[in-house]
Amino acid sequence: MSDESTNTQSNQPATEKAGIVGRRGFLELVVSLPVIGVFLYNFFKKKVADDVKKEAIMAELGVGESGPAYIPEAISRPPGERIRLGIIGNGGEGESLVRHAGFAHPDWVEDQRQAAAEDPRNQALQVYLEQDDLNVELTAVCDVFDVRAERGIAASQVATRPGGRSANPPAKRFRHYHDMLTSGEVDGVIIATPDHWHSQMTIDAAAEGIHVYCEKRMTRTEEEALAMYEAVKNSDIVFQLGHQNRQSEAHIKAREVIDANILGPITLVEGTTNRNTDWGAWVWDIHEEGSPQTIDWELFEGPAANKVPFSLERFFRWRCWYDYGTGLSGDLLSHEYDAVNQILQLGIPKSAVASGGIYYFKDGRDVPDVFQAVYEYPDRELTFVYSATLANGSYRGLKFMGHDATMQVSGTLSVTADQNSSRYEEKIQNGVIDPSRPMFTYRPGFRGIDAITSATAEYFVSRGLLYTYRGGRRMSAYHLLIGEWLDVIRNGGETSCNIERGLEEAITCHMATRSYVENRKVEWDPTRRRIV
Amino acid sequence: MIQGAAADPGRWTRFQSIALVTLRILIGWHFLYEGLAKLVNPYWTSADYLAGSQWWFSGLFISIATSPTLLTLVDYINVWGLTLIGLCLILGLMTRTATVAGIVLLALYYIAAPPFAGLSYAMPAEGSYLVVNKVLIELVALVALLAFPTGRILGVDRVIFLMRRTGALAQA
Repeated sequence: MSDESTNTQSNQPATEKAGIVGRRGFLELVVSLPVIGVFLYNFFKKKVADDVKKEAIMAELGVGESGPAYIPEAISRPPGERIRLGIIGNGGEGESLVRHAGFAHPDWVEDQRQAAAEDPRNQALQVYLEQDDLNVELTAVCDVFDVRAERGIAASQVATRPGGRSANPPAKRFRHYHDMLTSGEVDGVIIATPDHWHSQMTIDAAAEGIHVYCEKRMTRTEEEALAMYEAVKNSDIVFQLGHQNRQSEAHIKAREVIDANILGPITLVEGTTNRNTDWGAWVWDIHEEGSPQTIDWELFEGPAANKVPFSLERFFRWRCWYDYGTGLSGDLLSHEYDAVNQILQLGIPKSAVASGGIYYFKDGRDVPDVFQAVYEYPDRELTFVYSATLANGSYRGLKFMGHDATMQVSGTLSVTADQNSSRYEEKIQNGVIDPSRPMFTYRPGFRGIDAITSATAEYFVSRGLLYTYRGGRRMSAYHLLIGEWLDVIRNGGETSCNIERGLEEAITCHMATRSYVENRKVEWDPTRRRIV
Repeated sequence: MIQGAAADPGRWTRFQSIALVTLRILIGWHFLYEGLAKLVNPYWTSADYLAGSQWWFSGLFISIATSPTLLTLVDYINVWGLTLIGLCLILGLMTRTATVAGIVLLALYYIAAPPFAGLSYAMPAEGSYLVVNKVLIELVALVALLAFPTGRILGVDRVIFLMRRTGALAQA
């Protein structure tokens, strides 16, 4: 027992040496017991006080700190029939979506293997390998740039696959997406082209009965959005718009907080984007093999508003021009709005005012790099403000401001009582609720950490856009959203970002774009279904 | 260990003995509460601390943080290690083993995130530290207790020691 018995002790009292432990020994045994007693008394006093406080708060709020009570299953049952997929637009986003469907490019696999060896926090490869097997085949690739089409074909037959699935035969390349849609070789397509093509491609796919997963933002213009909506509504296809926040556990939890009316009357919602990198401002790499010989420029331009001579900048950095997209409005306001729409179910606003300018990236772009939009929802008695800059990286987050509390939503979620709340007044006064600290926090997947590889990645992680959690397991939100789309194709039901949500996203963002471009306040006319 | 008169508790003054025993009990109290506070908090994990690790051993600590199995194990060892070490230090039970274990734990905390010039941490400290922080001071205080063992001045170790010496254990 005692590990000090080898030490010599010379000056013990004679009685003890004689073998009488007796009273003194007993006293020495028990003398530290009062210390334990005092400790336990204080420990339980504090614990009981903390528990009472916590229970009082939780009872008041009616939600728990654990995961969302109900998380919709992205995949309702094991994937039965195999679905044949086509990818239209295999650029950065397209390649990512294909990977999340189970087809990583071999170079990506190798890069991630090395990255994980260098820093174990890089878990991208592990997350890829642990993806659910969606039972899909990538049978068709369409891209106007030869290099990207070839990369799609390479990904389609990759040997490293989730769940140890064997490699598939190579996908067939189609020069024109329409040939793919009519080939009989695809059941569904992922559209990840620039925004100006989304509407026409979806309309054509719907006409052929091909299911569509379309990247956000849904369309480049209001007219395209309405036409696309009609085409999807009048068809039997399953449509999913690529807002991966729909699968974020923190966002689902945030909706629970709203449903429990913890914030009181919400009068202001603030969504923000701050980025401070060239990449974040869409100054993307120009591929060394990009040329008029390797890029079908005419097909790229397609329905673009203005036809211009071949331009590498425009091809590889298309988000910088209104001819192909809508800049901050389409790329990032759309995310913030869809998150707010998911949590509050706001729908299309009554009016919008937007402003901004090209203040930092004077590189020939015509979309603003600083952009603010203010939306009014008089029926809901609230304003939604979006504020963004591409030349400052200070994180501002997404805030829901109620009379009784403020909710901040990112990868995590926190709710802080308002100093002057009516509902929590008594509890603030008697010290149960401290308005200087969150009274409620929720951190999905708290037993794991994310590799933060860049400021942009950090932005996405903080928004819950790259990874989310299911039962503490890190999952890609993209993967879950694609999985949900395939599940609805097989088993019926409704996708979480269907054409109704898509139209709301498109019209809301177009209102800000119109307001900015036309320099006036715009309104949505719900009867005539147009922006006025 | 230190030999001679200085290390002989029998020659310490009452003041010296009380000071050393008090130090042992207070460090024990701190360990015990750190352990129990983590034990009763279902959201506690060492992941953030480990993931923020810097300096030579950061690779090791970060790889623990990223491995769910290792992390669970390390969290478990940490919580129960702190609790048991704390309890033993207060009671004066297996004092030497508990002291050495405490030194090892504190050394791990220290080398995971040493406050050296040039290293900065996301988690803010409550004070200002350069090279020396409270972890290091607590560690060295335990080293001092190893040099001046108090388990047999006041503690269960003393009773066990006396019982052994008197043959009480053998008789039982």
